[in-house]
Amino acid sequence: MATVTVSHKACTVNPLKMSQPIGGALAFLGLAQCMPMLHGSQGCTAFGLVLFVRHFRESIPLQTTAMNEVATVLGGLDNIGNAILNIQKRANPRIIGICSTGVTETKGDDVDGYLKSFQAAHPELDDLAVVYVSTPDFQDAFQDGWSKAVRNMVDALVEPTAARVAGQVNFLLGSHLTVADIEELREMAAAFGLHATFLPDLSGSLDGHIPDDFSPNTLGGAGLDEIRTMGEAELTIAIGEQMRPAAEALARKTGQPYILLERLTGLEPNDQLLDCLAQLSDAPVPEKYRRQRSQLMDAMLDGHFYFGGKRIAIGAEPDLLWTLATWLTEMGAVVATAVTTTQSPLLEQMACQEVVIGDLEDLEARATDCDLLITHSHGRQAAEHLGIPFLRMGLPIFDRLGATHRLTVGYRGTRDLLFEVGNLLMANTHEHHPESWPLPGGDHARSQIAVG
Amino acid sequence: MLQNKIQEVFNEPGCAKNQTKSDKERKKGCAKQLQPGAAAGGCAFDGAKIALQPITDVAHLVHGPIACEGNSWDNRGAKSSGSRLYRTGFTTDINELDVVYGGEKHLFKSIKEIIDKYDPPAVFVYQTCVPAMIGDDIEAVCKAASAKFAKPVIPINAPGFVGAKNLGNKLAGEALLDYVIGTEEPESTTPYDINIIGEYNLSGELWQVKPLLEHLGIRILACISGDAKYHEIAQSHRARAAMMVCSKAMINIARKMEERYQIPFFEGSFYGISDTSESLREISRLLVERGAPAELLERTEALIQREEARAWERLAAYKPRLRGKRVLLITGGVKSWSVVAALQEVGMEVVGTSVKKSTAEDKERIKEIMGQDAHMIDDMTPREMYKMLSEAQADIMLSGGRSQFVALKAKVPWLDINQERHHAYAGYEGMVDLVREIDKALYNPIWSQLRKAAPWDAREAAQWLP
Ligand code: SF4
Repeated sequence: MATVTVSHKACTVNPLKMSQPIGGALAFLGLAQCMPMLHGSQGCTAFGLVLFVRHFRESIPLQTTAMNEVATVLGGLDNIGNAILNIQKRANPRIIGICSTGVTETKGDDVDGYLKSFQAAHPELDDLAVVYVSTPDFQDAFQDGWSKAVRNMVDALVEPTAARVAGQVNFLLGSHLTVADIEELREMAAAFGLHATFLPDLSGSLDGHIPDDFSPNTLGGAGLDEIRTMGEAELTIAIGEQMRPAAEALARKTGQPYILLERLTGLEPNDQLLDCLAQLSDAPVPEKYRRQRSQLMDAMLDGHFYFGGKRIAIGAEPDLLWTLATWLTEMGAVVATAVTTTQSPLLEQMACQEVVIGDLEDLEARATDCDLLITHSHGRQAAEHLGIPFLRMGLPIFDRLGATHRLTVGYRGTRDLLFEVGNLLMANTHEHHPESWPLPGGDHARSQIAVG
Repeated sequence: MLQNKIQEVFNEPGCAKNQTKSDKERKKGCAKQLQPGAAAGGCAFDGAKIALQPITDVAHLVHGPIACEGNSWDNRGAKSSGSRLYRTGFTTDINELDVVYGGEKHLFKSIKEIIDKYDPPAVFVYQTCVPAMIGDDIEAVCKAASAKFAKPVIPINAPGFVGAKNLGNKLAGEALLDYVIGTEEPESTTPYDINIIGEYNLSGELWQVKPLLEHLGIRILACISGDAKYHEIAQSHRARAAMMVCSKAMINIARKMEERYQIPFFEGSFYGISDTSESLREISRLLVERGAPAELLERTEALIQREEARAWERLAAYKPRLRGKRVLLITGGVKSWSVVAALQEVGMEVVGTSVKKSTAEDKERIKEIMGQDAHMIDDMTPREMYKMLSEAQADIMLSGGRSQFVALKAKVPWLDINQERHHAYAGYEGMVDLVREIDKALYNPIWSQLRKAAPWDAREAAQWLP
């Protein structure tokens, strides 16, 4: 159980947090033939774009309603309509996902109302799906933007139905999962003969493949038709607490049951997932996963020596923080410092004394006696100051290759992560020297002679 | 107030593009009307930050919601030889309450915290859209904070929505002119003191040039703003001459410093061998004009001769490998002509260059260098770029990070020549480095592997089995 503290500083120093609208935009990047757009000034989009380009090392389709000063004062609703028409003409996507920003929320336009009348006035756009989500920059954080965007996708796109197709399963995925994670889950579902839909699905769009031709929109991801029929699945599996609103929206709409797995790193959570898939498919757990489970157990045996008692400092968004903190604690390490970006029901249950909603300055100040620092690439300066090993996790990771292909779920992903962290800790074991074991109060022997 | 500043900047007489405009046109400013759904590029705040963040010992505080700083900090490649404070991200990260009740107190407290904890020589406060909309008066807050803490607290009033990056560069320049330049006196001056304006020391490029100047006994009193310290800029009005690099981004500083402090300036470039030599000559000429001993000119010529020869010697090895290779050059205004010249020096053929952000003058220069039928691309869509590259109409593309993947996905070599690049390309050294990088990219063995189809897709399958 942890106390949740909100940093009381006026000035944020070295932000851990990123803004809500680009979290929403990234979720839209997991839809096929989609063009995400920020309703705001062009600069907000440019920053988001550069950030994603540096992390994914891919072209990022992301547009803007290009609000200038006049439009922000007079209201920018027409900019939305013009932007949609323009995008339709130039890129012809199947979905446009719109996230608001601080600039447009300060005035508080009624975008939903506007979109309704705009769409009514433009029957020629009937085939184009438009999903809007309100994500002011001055509230919440990246993970929240993602969460709200997925909830709104479900609300806007999934068709209500009572039909169920045997062997059909949905996965709702939190923003902390990588492309490799999604691919692993897809393989798992397939191994049980299940047919799975993933929402959002960055593994189709941002997995870094070479497309045959140029496309201005997303290169892949969850398709519109697939999303529409998500109601027909027998079960929805939501991964990460941030996916609860979307899972509930889906349940409301279709009466479909869901389970929520808070994390998929570690032995037990994967036992749960595989058991669940086995029950759903009425098939035994394939030999391959039994073998992987055994390998993970062996890795835990080999690796636990290096984790025991190690003090770890983590800066991450709530769901990633939960995943790492819980798993590291299960490996015998101590989460000495936890800093996060936004509220979540998980924070109080975290396996550490305190969770700070704060910045990297807070993390650095609390990590002085730690053995490992875990956060996104912006933590590199802090790790340097502290002189401790540094594990990059989360987004953005712009100074390492392959951020999206890092596997952290499943037995296999847990095993790989265990080796990665274990190696960092092992490399940093302190060598002993003659003064390693001093007696209390200085030189004991000499003081006795002096008394005699 | 801000509107006046913006008009003033748009009226910049030093800008050639402006002089050809009618009064009415000029009022509209340089900013093209942005098209919703078809716009790209950074905001004025971004431009201001790019221009000033290279000042290394200043605390750069962004007043706004998390978007403006949280999504962008520590992503610019300006290097420092000393303080690293400029790489620390400071922001007020305003919340809903600030939006409702105003963020001025929040800003004031943030300034205090920074001064208490970091004690920088100055704090720069950047305005952004949301606080500008709700009417936070950052000028007033900065004034109050300056008085209270006895420390320069400088307002940089360039909220994103007033325009594009270029306007932000200029508004940043105005802030330096209004609040920083001329506020301190240097301990001593020499007849060899110059300012370099518009150089940001990306990847350490200033350091490719500085040894040349030092060799000549020329002192950079202030570089605005690469690897600069606050006090250097405050004292920069005592320079004898100035060089303005990077096209028109900071012309207002150069021109107004000439007006106010009689510091003559010229526009030059450190990209390319002959441009570098030309710039060194100009610097020496201006200094001599302002009273430095004439022998500086001879020393400069001697240095140029020696360094050019050294560079050519090193480049010669690449000439046979690069001659006739076709380059597609996509970059913002300035660098176009200076890089074009440099590439031609090693016999490469520039098959196209973007002129989207170039001034009429820039375009003239390109024509001069590339000939009348220079292939100037005004606004190339990524799709057109991809087509051109996948049809093998160019052997390599040089551009900014934004279009990187258009080239790479077409399996065409690419080199970053914009802001986020990791290599330094200035001066004689830089040109040798650039050519070496081009050579490395072009001749990397991956290309032949990637362009070959998988055997099962090839028309005739390879025979693996005996
Ligand atoms: S456009 Fe405005 S709100 Fe957006 S990043 Fe620029 S300054 Fe910030």
